[in-house]
Amino acid sequence: MSKKEVETTGHSWDGIEELNNPLPRWWLLVWYACILWGIAYTVAMPAWPGIKSATAGVLGWSTRAEVAEKIASFEEMNAAVNAELAAADVTMIKPGSDVHSYGVNMGAAVFRANCSQCHGSGAAGNFGYPNLLDNDWLWGGTIDEVAYTIQHGVRNETDEARYSEMPKFGADELLTDEEIDQAVAFAMSLSDPEGDGTNLVGGTYDVELAAAGAEVFEYNCASCHGEDGTGDIYQGAPDLTDAIWLYGGDHDTVYDTVFNARFGVMPAWGQRLTQAEVNAAALYVHQLGGGQ
Amino acid sequence: MSSTDTPPEEKLYASREPIFPRRVKGKFRNLKWIIMAVTLGIYYLSPWIRWDRGPELPDQAILIDLANRRFFFFWIEIWPHEFYFIAGLLIMAGLGLFLFTSAAGRVWCGYACPQTVWTDLFILVERWIEGDRNARLRLHRQKKWDMRKIRLRAIKYLSWVLIGLATGGAWVFYFADAPTLLVDLVTGHAHPAAYLTLGILTATTVFFGAIAREQICIYACPWPRIQAAMMDEDTLVVAYRHWRGEPRGKHRKGANAAEMGDCIDCMACVNVCPMGIDIRDGQQLECITCALCIDACDEMMDKIGKPRGLIDYMALTDEPREISGQEPKPVWKHIFRPRTILYTVLWSSVGFALLFALFIRSDIDMTVAPVRNPTYVLQSDGAIRNIYDLRLRNKHGEKREFRVSVSGDDTLTVTLQGADNTLGDTIAVNADEMRIVRAYVEAPAGSKAATSDRTDFTFWVEDGVANERVSVDTVFNGKGQ
Repeated sequence: MSKKEVETTGHSWDGIEELNNPLPRWWLLVWYACILWGIAYTVAMPAWPGIKSATAGVLGWSTRAEVAEKIASFEEMNAAVNAELAAADVTMIKPGSDVHSYGVNMGAAVFRANCSQCHGSGAAGNFGYPNLLDNDWLWGGTIDEVAYTIQHGVRNETDEARYSEMPKFGADELLTDEEIDQAVAFAMSLSDPEGDGTNLVGGTYDVELAAAGAEVFEYNCASCHGEDGTGDIYQGAPDLTDAIWLYGGDHDTVYDTVFNARFGVMPAWGQRLTQAEVNAAALYVHQLGGGQ
Repeated sequence: MSSTDTPPEEKLYASREPIFPRRVKGKFRNLKWIIMAVTLGIYYLSPWIRWDRGPELPDQAILIDLANRRFFFFWIEIWPHEFYFIAGLLIMAGLGLFLFTSAAGRVWCGYACPQTVWTDLFILVERWIEGDRNARLRLHRQKKWDMRKIRLRAIKYLSWVLIGLATGGAWVFYFADAPTLLVDLVTGHAHPAAYLTLGILTATTVFFGAIAREQICIYACPWPRIQAAMMDEDTLVVAYRHWRGEPRGKHRKGANAAEMGDCIDCMACVNVCPMGIDIRDGQQLECITCALCIDACDEMMDKIGKPRGLIDYMALTDEPREISGQEPKPVWKHIFRPRTILYTVLWSSVGFALLFALFIRSDIDMTVAPVRNPTYVLQSDGAIRNIYDLRLRNKHGEKREFRVSVSGDDTLTVTLQGADNTLGDTIAVNADEMRIVRAYVEAPAGSKAATSDRTDFTFWVEDGVANERVSVDTVFNGKGQ
């Protein structure tokens, strides 16, 4: 093996010369192979962009088709449990069963897509939209009541919807200004176990007005909210003795509620969702921590 | 900037010059045989070591269970969240490489690198079949494909592929129960991934080790480029004592023998080199310091009655000392110097940290993920509830009941949501499994935790049977002011 002298490029910096070693031939061949591969790839796969779409490639591969195929195969895989969920009586679905865990996971997706706009992505509710995590339920927190509320909604145009309507005591002049002031103070005093003029959520009221309001409350409010003010889930009448106020528990908000009333609406989801999706949403909401 | 004349017309691309290393005997060759036997032995045999793991897991001492994401190493079981052990081992491997390189140059390349070991093995097999250097050269130059050449070449490639198969095969055995998988592989019942891996590794082993050989080191491996940063003038490298060897030449009777150096230009060092270089040209990127040229030269020096060590392990600083007639520094002075001591300290600190982590780890584990959407839930009695997702891991061979509690604020209470939606403070976790459970922590209305912004507290999980417990600090969000 004779020693070959390596040529230099003639460049030299600070005495360091740049050698001009020839490239290994197989590097060149690999480069040619890459070019051929590149050409073949653009022929076989979607590659060249056009105005509206790209060349499809002779293999016809498409991510959209692949996704559609995968969705179809998942649906086929879940068909049996999905049918079981749709046909089930929600009260009979045992927590821990396959149907339950399938329903809870599906319900989470249904919730994010359909319910989170009002109730929040964490189901914590919003002004006028109930928090679904707490243990206070306007229309009942058992699994079948939750499912019914989702299916038929609240105060919408359907016949099966949950329905009740609070009178506009001020706007319709059902009560005098004095009586309204008294009723507001009494309603606030219900959630004030200490009776010191500040209720559980920090709203303040006049203790003497409240005492005078007991009679107004009994004649005008107790039929729905109950004599003790604990509400009635069959009429969607809120419990006034607890710390949870859908629209707020301060004086001005409660006054506004009594004067103008409230009319919260929820769509009948049974018209838009499949039975399986309704059941799934009910299972999901029920296991969030507040379900009864 | 200076310039020379434009070089004459030359080839831009060069074909590979095949290398036919000659057989050599000596202490470094023996050392390399031993290292080859040990490393290949570990690689091929480890998956076959048995270890009792109970009825549900394969009784394999070293097993990477990808499906269940567990790594078993004798008595140690690593879960994915303990990946820092692997990261620590990789850091140790890196620091170890720095240490060895700064002390003794590219000893990794020369002795232990899989590329070197397998290339050595493939060359050994080639020599058994086709003969030593001269016979292989003759066979290479022989244009005519007679029966002998066809037979030798066929046997050689077949042997290479068998080695490749054994190598790829050994790899897949680390990922499943080896005896079962071997039967499955042979009978055609193994998972396609096993065959694919086997095929790919067979191909790469043969291609890298038997065909590409030194080209991997020269063109593909980044290590030869990085090593220069780890080496200094005290690093031991394989070098030629040119002040002793030059002028080189054949020693003829009567010729001015006194003026000649010790090098007789026998080319033994070049002929044994697996990288195809001449060490007498000085330090080169191609040199993997396998020291075979030392063995070859020593053998020749013995024959001509000159002292050994014309080619030897030495450091750059030895050169001026030896030329000026001084004794070279002793080897231990080259090896023990601040740089190598620092690397050793770093390397062993990581090692001790890993050992410490290994011994203090419990076979219960918990991570706490607070649900922050919303940050808190107001209950109807005015209590404030925070929700947490607890991941409880039972790294134990049997199902256990874990009890969860909180400490740090006396008003806080915890309940767990069981799988059947019942609430309690205990939960069963199956053997060797992780379970996510939702925990509700509540502060009563008006309590400090309920009314302040944030309250620190601690989750505890304990196993009543083994009396093990683990804690995680977290935060409770109140209503604020």
